[in-house]
Amino acid sequence: MPFINALRQYGIFLAFLLICCFLSYASSQFLTISNWTIIITQVSINALLAFGVTFVIITGGIDLSIGSIVAVAGVVAALLATQPDLPLIVSILGGLLAGLVFGLLNGLIITKSKIAPFIVTLGIMTVGRGLALILSKGRPISNLSDSFNFIGGGDIFGIPFPIIVLVIVFIISYLLLKNTVFGRYVYAIGGNEQAAWASGINVNKIKMAVYALCGTLAGLAGILLTSRITTGQPNAGAGFELDAIAAAIIGGTSTSGGIGTISGTLIGALLIGVINNGLDLLNVSSYYQQVIMGAIIIGAVLLDSWNQKKMAS
Amino acid sequence: MFQNNILTLNNISKSFSGIKVLEDVSLQIEKGKVHALMGENGAGKSTLMKILVGLLQADAGEILLEGEVISGLSVHAILGKGIAMIHQEILMVPDLSVAQNIFLGKESHRFSWLNASEINHKSKQILADLKLNISPKIKVKNLSIADRQMVEIAKAISNKAKVIIMDEPTSALSEIEVVILFGIIESLKNQGVAIIYISHKMDEIFKISDTITVLRDGKLITTKKAEELDNQSLINLMVGREISELFPVTKIEVGKTLISVKNLGRKNVFSDVNFEVKAGEVLGLAGLVGAGRSEIARAIAGLDKIDAGTITIDSEETQFKSPLDAIRLGIGFVTEDRKALGFIPQMTIKENFSLASLEEFSKMGFVNTKEEIKSTQIVYNNLKVKASGLSQKVINLSGGNQQKVVIGKVLMSNPKIIIFDEPTRGIDVGAKFEIYKLINTLKAKGLAIILISSEMPEILGLCDRILVLSRGKQMAILSKSEASQEKIMQYAIH
Repeated sequence: MPFINALRQYGIFLAFLLICCFLSYASSQFLTISNWTIIITQVSINALLAFGVTFVIITGGIDLSIGSIVAVAGVVAALLATQPDLPLIVSILGGLLAGLVFGLLNGLIITKSKIAPFIVTLGIMTVGRGLALILSKGRPISNLSDSFNFIGGGDIFGIPFPIIVLVIVFIISYLLLKNTVFGRYVYAIGGNEQAAWASGINVNKIKMAVYALCGTLAGLAGILLTSRITTGQPNAGAGFELDAIAAAIIGGTSTSGGIGTISGTLIGALLIGVINNGLDLLNVSSYYQQVIMGAIIIGAVLLDSWNQKKMAS
Repeated sequence: MFQNNILTLNNISKSFSGIKVLEDVSLQIEKGKVHALMGENGAGKSTLMKILVGLLQADAGEILLEGEVISGLSVHAILGKGIAMIHQEILMVPDLSVAQNIFLGKESHRFSWLNASEINHKSKQILADLKLNISPKIKVKNLSIADRQMVEIAKAISNKAKVIIMDEPTSALSEIEVVILFGIIESLKNQGVAIIYISHKMDEIFKISDTITVLRDGKLITTKKAEELDNQSLINLMVGREISELFPVTKIEVGKTLISVKNLGRKNVFSDVNFEVKAGEVLGLAGLVGAGRSEIARAIAGLDKIDAGTITIDSEETQFKSPLDAIRLGIGFVTEDRKALGFIPQMTIKENFSLASLEEFSKMGFVNTKEEIKSTQIVYNNLKVKASGLSQKVINLSGGNQQKVVIGKVLMSNPKIIIFDEPTRGIDVGAKFEIYKLINTLKAKGLAIILISSEMPEILGLCDRILVLSRGKQMAILSKSEASQEKIMQYAIH
């Protein structure tokens, strides 16, 4: 049923195009290269988180801890980046490792204890936030090395470095979910975990890998954010998990598991970015922006369930 | 139009993704009669019933209940009008009590508190009327499948249903429970309730139905009085061809022992089970519901842990920690509970087929889609799956075709030993015959087969040896020549 699948994505893609058309009509600044560079750069962090959480949601889980992981990984990377004699790669690996460890911790507790992912990652969210405050002693960490600040602020041939990271991670995530055995198992577990297990899939191993991947991507997002704001902020990333989950859901990921795509999530993240940007350009107060964003999330889910019903009949 | 007609279906048509599953079907259902709906797998029976209760909307046609159009109404509204369905796959909330399930969705006032003692009391009454010894307070998840089925019936009765649809109601019931069910049906008839009865068990159909309608490939073939038909003529109408021999006999030279089980036990479930199966041999597991047949199968397939005894595969003693271990050692398991354990509904036929063997189609973790399509297409053709193609989602298939998907998945993992647990449950005659042929083909290829079935003719017709169980204990192993229906029963009710 590739046609129906195309239609499902097409629906949200159409909405995306319509909004872009409207905004380019309403604001002369919208459809410029410089504005789009800003949009995509701003979207990149949310998109990285959303790719990770898409894997998790497809297995039928959820990860609420990614916002806190952004902070921990950012603080770890920042602490390492203030040491002048350490090479750049150490602070990058440090940040990624912090994300990986938290992801593995989520996965371990979820698979061993069988406690609902919602509860486990809610707990880890608080643990992570606390740890970020402990490591930073509750203060922002500044004076990071110039090479570190390049990650979030630099560019290559005029293309901001975060955009390059986004494109690379998008391609890897896309291939991983669509074309690998791992990706197939992710869908199978979300579709029917018992049947997947009875078919010889190592469900716990795949789930561990999915949470580890999600944590690592959150770590990467934390490095990008820290570098962009040139400070390690223990309070960074608060609420990011909700934006990431929203992007995945707007992009057609089903919260009951088994359904979702990386390209859909990218559109979802871009849609959120474009709307925020457009409302800024139109001088709409940020209070109203939140109301509009919430309505869009519900609208996307409505669209999705309407599509599903059409598909079933 | 007859005076006694309560329900009329006029020219119902329905398509799924371009495939016509119902074409211009019209039916008249009479008060106080049992109307059997017969047909092969994918003939459209389940779809027609889903349309009747509002789970699906017809593309064309209308439905009248006592002269009033009810097509297009919601599931809840149709239930309120007095049409209740007892589903093939039981739909209940496992964590609620029996009483709560019976009264689910019809609490006396929408916003009032549920009066627990009142619904318990009423449920007790309903259950007692049905001569059922089930406590209304027990949680549904703690009931056996047979008891759940009975609770479903109690739920329909509590709805004051005028029409009750029973889709394969006896598939999970033991013989005694079937007798109780038939008693219930008789008393419902006397109260003027119309019953639409779907079953693949011929003897049942002739025992209880007044009228029989045959569907084939989504079309209505005929509606006749039950006494105008017999076993053979009914089968011919259903399949549109003659089934000369239901159980083709294949003579095969048996090979070496592929699996042997010694003193196998699982606490409070079964104990001291001993058997071996050779290449080219079919071992049957017979017994009543609850005898421990499926539980033994689950243990051998690595789904449950064993507490005692050994399993030896190919003369090597093994320990299974998971289904994966069992699959790697060449054990294939066709589960009786295909919806829960058999397939991934949102995935395509292709993806389900390759699920247990995906690593064979992969290089460095990437799926080789070309190879996957090539191999799954062969299985698709061999099993004669009726669908629009490999990329159709399994959720949209009929029960019998879903079963073929589960079997195909197991075959693709190249097993040496296959356990079939009730492989023909809820499947029509034509598809049953295909499964019998398949079992014989696999046997001829030198596989060892373990067959669990509640249908005696299957056990007697297909198995070389029959192990009879009673309440978790092995009672006897009978050879084909010494086995008979009476003898098996005698051991089974021990």
